[in-house]
Amino acid sequence: MRGLRVEHGTRVIVSAMNLDLAPGEVHALMGVSGVGKTTVLRALVALQPFSEGTVMIDDVVALRPGPVPRERQLRALRRSIGLVFQAPSLFEHLTVLDNVTLAPLHALGATRADAETAARRLLEELGVASRADALPRELSGGEAQRVAIARALAVDPGILLMDEPTSALDPARRGSLGQALRQLARERGGRGILVATHDVEFAQSYADRVEVLAGGEIVEEGPAAVVLGSPTHPATRDLLRHGEKNNPTHEFNE
Amino acid sequence: MRTATRVTLLCIGLLLEAGKACAQQPLRWGGDAEGGAPFVEADPANPARVRGFDVEIAELLARGLRREPQFVQVAWSSIESSVERGDFDIGMSGVEDRPELRARHAVSLPYFEFREVLAVRHADSARFRRLTDLAGKRVGTLGATQAYQILLAEQARTGLVPVSYDDDVHPYSDLLAGRLDAVLLDHIIAERSLRRIGGFVLEPEAVATGHYVAVLARANTTLRDSVNDILRTAMRDGSLERTFRTWAVWDDAQARHFARVLSDTARAAATGQSTVTSVAAYVPALLRALLVTVLLSVLAMAIAVVAGAGIAAGRVYGSRISRIILTSYVELMRGTPLLLQLFVIYYGLSSVIRLPAFAAAVLGLGLNYAAYESEIYRSALQAVPRLQLEVARTLGLSELQIFRLVRGPQALRFALAPMTNDFVALLKDSSLVSVITVVELTKETAIYATNIGSWVVPGLLCAALYLVISLPLARYARRLERRWRGSVA
Repeated sequence: MRGLRVEHGTRVIVSAMNLDLAPGEVHALMGVSGVGKTTVLRALVALQPFSEGTVMIDDVVALRPGPVPRERQLRALRRSIGLVFQAPSLFEHLTVLDNVTLAPLHALGATRADAETAARRLLEELGVASRADALPRELSGGEAQRVAIARALAVDPGILLMDEPTSALDPARRGSLGQALRQLARERGGRGILVATHDVEFAQSYADRVEVLAGGEIVEEGPAAVVLGSPTHPATRDLLRHGEKNNPTHEFNE
Repeated sequence: MRTATRVTLLCIGLLLEAGKACAQQPLRWGGDAEGGAPFVEADPANPARVRGFDVEIAELLARGLRREPQFVQVAWSSIESSVERGDFDIGMSGVEDRPELRARHAVSLPYFEFREVLAVRHADSARFRRLTDLAGKRVGTLGATQAYQILLAEQARTGLVPVSYDDDVHPYSDLLAGRLDAVLLDHIIAERSLRRIGGFVLEPEAVATGHYVAVLARANTTLRDSVNDILRTAMRDGSLERTFRTWAVWDDAQARHFARVLSDTARAAATGQSTVTSVAAYVPALLRALLVTVLLSVLAMAIAVVAGAGIAAGRVYGSRISRIILTSYVELMRGTPLLLQLFVIYYGLSSVIRLPAFAAAVLGLGLNYAAYESEIYRSALQAVPRLQLEVARTLGLSELQIFRLVRGPQALRFALAPMTNDFVALLKDSSLVSVITVVELTKETAIYATNIGSWVVPGLLCAALYLVISLPLARYARRLERRWRGSVA
């Protein structure tokens, strides 16, 4: 993204924001709660309008400033970028398998056999294949999160955005999710992954690069080990201190 | 001794006062002013008063009893049950004499003889002279009358189609509009309609004759005997004839009738049907009416569901103008009585589109309930979390696909239980369509009850038939609510 400016009413959420996501990289967009991480992700998938800047995919402009375009103008974007929301938000009336095959069947026009084969493979990779016939209300928080990831990956996007993916996971599940993300980044010739999180430990362990968002702009960026190992900006230092005191695994609800 | 004298005097005083009070007690008589002249109508000069030959007969009876007449308005079909429960002393208003009436109430001698006459359009006057000429044709009349019973008997014999009305105006307008081939009603009503709207002819040959009587509570035989004495005197001294002449209903038939009544003081006792016989006789008709109710409700609900879903989708997804139009429709249908809507669709629009009664009933109920259904669907659509829709968008589904695959199915779960409740309500509201001549379960029950003069057995039967349908539905709705309560919370 280049020069992104997102406003919410009169409040400027971010301005002049640049971020390059290379294939195969895992980025952590960090900041304290309420700083605007989710808004940035929503702008990248055209759920939130932005007033300045552009979003480019493979050097082609995918989104311009202004109102959110109509869905039919967003087909290329939808196939390129997947988003896993903080709450899994699985479709409650569909089984796990139907949740994952819904987009391939109806948005991509895949055959049911192909869609189900691909969906079962994804569920297998994410460790929830045994729950294919379960309804969402029968899943644990961690299982639901992984099914939501499988659903976003079912259209095989080159870029995957994730919003606070560890907020509902215990330490063991966080570890396995991190491993899965690394694996996903390596797939299909390299997939770019951007994770919005305030989980310092997770970012340190699994992100290649970190962007720290504070006061509406990226205040520090670079390799994860450098930014989180030797922070230069007070906001990053605050984030590290806050992260140590308030580990997100407290929200565990398995 | 002094005390005993005082008590005796006090008792005498009280008795005298009670006697005075009794003498001053008004004669309460019930009638239906909606029936109009010449029976009972609101006086155009003073609408608070009523006039008509039944009014004058009531005054004549009150004078004979040395009491003040006091009119009590009551729906014509309720006169018999109201008099029995003591709402008034005497019921009149063209009450027809029949065996069931005599079996259940005290009934006066017949004071007027009417003829059931056929009204047909001019063009049909030569071919529809009597009922036998009307095999397979639609013939209208007032429900729960002698004429209706005649038509039902003819239906069984020749396949004539009886059409029941709640008032005596619309049968004639429907005859002119071509919805009916003939109307069978009392000659007084027929001649009044001929004067008012014209455009048809009355066949000279009477189909049957009948008599108007005054009806009293079963136990009130003393008053009935006094009423009969006064009526006989009025027949002899010409005062009853003067009344009928005033209202232009006197003819030779009445003179012959008076002579018969005065010579035949020992009128044959009536024989009523037993309850068991009457139930057996009416059950097939009630079951047929139940079928009409169910068919009507199912078809109306189908319209309500489809139109309601369209309205809800328009209000949630449509432009501002379509939202305004659809909201206005919903408010109009919910803010005006269903009865009025049925009248407008059946009678009001008849110059533009002449719908058959059943179709008008289905359409009226369907369009009315579509407004209520649309509100259920709209709130159900809005109850689906926004996040679910956003997830579906990021997966690349079109808005139509989101509606069909994500929002609609989830909204349906919210809507299904209230929809079932609405169907039960519609089932009961379907009783209103009798105003546009559709004989459904409640109307058939009313006819049954009026004919046998009691609501107990017909009411219980009718309630049981409604419950047979509505209870399982209500149970099904509760089960659905329980099953899905947790799944979309």
